[in-house]
Parts: sequence; C-alpha cells; structure tokens
Amino acid sequence: MTYSLNFAAVWRSFDLLLQGLSLSLGLAVVAIVVGCMIGLITAFGLVSKSVALRRPAGFYVTAIRNTPILVLVLFSYFALPQLGVRLGKIESFVLTLAIYSGAYLAEVFRGGLIAIPPGQREAGLAIGLTEMQIRTSITIPLMLRSVLPSLGSTMISLFKDTSLAAAIAVPELTFEARKINVESFRVIETWIVASCLYVATCSLLAALMRRVERRLAVPR
Amino acid sequence: MTNLLEIRDLHKRYGAVEVLKGVDCSMRQGEVISIIGSSGSGKTTMLRCINMLEEFQGGTIAIDGQEIGYETAGDARRRKPEREIARQRALTGMAFQQFNLFPHMTAAANVMLGLVKVKKMSRDEARGLAEKWLDRVGLLSRKDHYPGQLSGGQQQRVAIARAIAMNPKLMLFDEVTSALDPELVNEVLQVIKGLADDGMSMLIVTHEMRFAYEVSSRVIFMNQGRIAEEGDPREMFLKPRTERLAEFLKTSTFN
Repeated sequence: MTYSLNFAAVWRSFDLLLQGLSLSLGLAVVAIVVGCMIGLITAFGLVSKSVALRRPAGFYVTAIRNTPILVLVLFSYFALPQLGVRLGKIESFVLTLAIYSGAYLAEVFRGGLIAIPPGQREAGLAIGLTEMQIRTSITIPLMLRSVLPSLGSTMISLFKDTSLAAAIAVPELTFEARKINVESFRVIETWIVASCLYVATCSLLAALMRRVERRLAVPR
Repeated sequence: MTNLLEIRDLHKRYGAVEVLKGVDCSMRQGEVISIIGSSGSGKTTMLRCINMLEEFQGGTIAIDGQEIGYETAGDARRRKPEREIARQRALTGMAFQQFNLFPHMTAAANVMLGLVKVKKMSRDEARGLAEKWLDRVGLLSRKDHYPGQLSGGQQQRVAIARAIAMNPKLMLFDEVTSALDPELVNEVLQVIKGLADDGMSMLIVTHEMRFAYEVSSRVIFMNQGRIAEEGDPREMFLKPRTERLAEFLKTSTFN
C-alpha cells in the first residue's frame, strides 16, 4: 500500500500546535526556575557539614531521582487529592516537574560546588566575609559558570519531559498533536510536525545556553 | 602598652596528631617577623590559627588585647559567634601560597569586594582605594584584567593589594613565593619589602632565607610544633644556637 503525505490537515490546526508549544515552554520555564531554587538549597544541604541537613537532602534526591517521572506525575494528580491536596492539572504538573528537576539540579550543583578549590572560601574568610557573603559573591557565581553546560542539557530534558503532561490531559504540544492525529487521521504528518517543533525549540534552547556560556565565560 | 599580637600556649590537634604543642609568641606594632622551619613544623598552621582559618584546642591568641576566636573564662571555652569571628578576621590580612584570587572578578573587583561587603564602602570609594593599592603594587594598568590574564607574580601582588586595602593591623604571608617561577619571586618580595619600610606589622612564613634575613626584625624557627629558636636574624643565621637550626640552615638554600 502506498501512503501519500498530506499535511493540509495539520497546517489547518497548526495554531493549536503552537498554543500547545507555548504552554509546554511555559511549563518548562516555571519548573526550571522553581527547580533551580530547590536544587540550589538542596545542593548546599548535600555538601553541608551538618548531618541534619545532609540526610533530608540526600533522601529527597534518592527518592525523586529513582522514581519514573510519569509515576510522579500520576501520583501528584491522582493520589494527592486523596490525601487532601487538591491542585489543578497544570499546577500539579508544574510542581511535579519542579520537584523532579530540583533533584537532578541538586546533583548538578553539588558537582559544581565540590569542584571549587577550598582556597576560594578561605580567601573570602580572610578578608572578613561571612559564609553567606562568600556563597552569594564567590561560590554560587563560580559554581553556576562551571555547571552551565550540564544545566543546558537538564533544561532541554525538562522541556521534553513536559510532553508527559499529556497523560493528565494538560493541553500542551503532545496533547494537541494527539488530538489532531485522532481527528484528522494524518498520523505520520502530525507526529512529524510535532517532532520538528520539539527539535527546533530544543535547538534554540541549546543555542541560547551556549550564548549565555560565552557571555559569562571568564576571560583568560 | 599591649602587644599587637600575643599568643600563649597555643595547642592545635588534627585528630590524634598534635601539630602545635604549646607556642608562645608576642609581637609589637611594626615588627616584621619571619617564621622559618621545615615543612610539617607547624609554621603555616600557626599563621592560620591567627585568623581562625584553623580552629585550635588550647591556648589563646589576642590581637590588640582582643581574644581571637574563643571566649575563655576559667576552664570554660566557647567559640565566638561566626559574625564576630568574621569581624576579627578583618583585623588581619592574609596572602596565600596559591594567591586565591577570585577568578570571575577583575583585579580591581577582587580588591573592592571586601571594601564593599565588609567595610560597607560605596562602590566609588572602594574603587578609588582599590586603584590606589593596585598602583602601589605596580598593577594599576592591569586593574581590569582577570586573574587568568595575569602572571603568577602579578596575581600575588593583586592578592597582597586585596589584603592590604582592608587596612589590617597585621599582615600574614603564607609562603607567598613558593608557587611562583623563580624569575617572578623578586617582584613579590619587593612589594613586601615596601610594606615593611612603611612600618606594616607582618608575620611571614617563608622558605626564602635571604629575604627573611634582609627584611625581618626577628626570626622564629619552628620545629615539631614548637618554637625552637628565635631572635635577631643576623645572630640566628650566622650563629645558630641550636643544632636543629644549624642543620636546617645547612639544607636550605641561602641565595
């Protein structure tokens, strides 16, 4: 049998795909911002001298990183309401994605933190800076520079993970594509276009991150 | 008049290993003291106790009569609050063997950081002072360079400017030329000599015997966690009283 490609149906619904894409991006941006904050706090917990901070940070990373993201998404959407936590689809998904990425970013940031020579902290102490001032002026800026490449790939993964929101009927890109696919029966065309949109967006994100890397690079 | 620095019966342990076994030392305003001794003798550790980069388990250190790091009352001994320790650290300035400049900041920004964050100066005021001190170490033209764009000797001079700009009562130099290529050692030593001529109080841990001989008003020889000999540099280098020092001087290069 021969199948002739016909994109007309997909183009007719293209604005739906773009709406889906912008929701996907929105979900990813909120999740990465919240995830970075969670990750940063957790990373300092992981490298802390105090067991009371290390333990809970370690537990969080272990529990979240070792659970499939789809399970987390379904858990927070279907199980949390049973426990009395009622969130909308979108809120529930963004929160899940933020908590999920926080665990990964914590490990990324931890790697960046332990790579900083101890002399940097000592030099800060020697001029009378407090630990908090050392963190904000020295440790975090240095750590962020060294983790930018892995931060970029985490962001890209995270953006792609937004497709899992389709599982709870959040109208993002994958959900919209499936709808068009079902309504138009143009299976191949729909998924080709959806894939291209993902690839294009990810490539843009990667290019953007490389620019940030170059901008922040320390001259030598 | 109280001494600038008063160290009494200083004890420091790493676990079971005692690295300082009761060090006593006093220093007057304006003195330049070199601390020499073989590696592992405790000289760097002693320096790092003075600005609390190392904790110590026994004894007291006081700067201008102010007890550093701990509050002692009778037998009770308690670490001071971190904020207070941070403030006390600013009484001293330190230059490190590995320079430890902040790599993501220009030379000027390195010097300005403490002025703005600790001394609460305005950025303009801090910039003016930073430029004054960078000029003093001969690097005003490099103020906008990053550490990675400077030679080791230049980095160390910026690091000294960063410490001195904070206007410390006492400068601590921790083997500041040990990581430098031989041809870069001199420019750093010249800067330190200039500070000595200005009357800066300095404690210098060094392996440069010729420099210690020339710049110091007093030399301390440390051996196995104790001060084994101290005195006038001429007498110590030319007529060592202890066998340990004679042996140490024989093995060190005096050039």
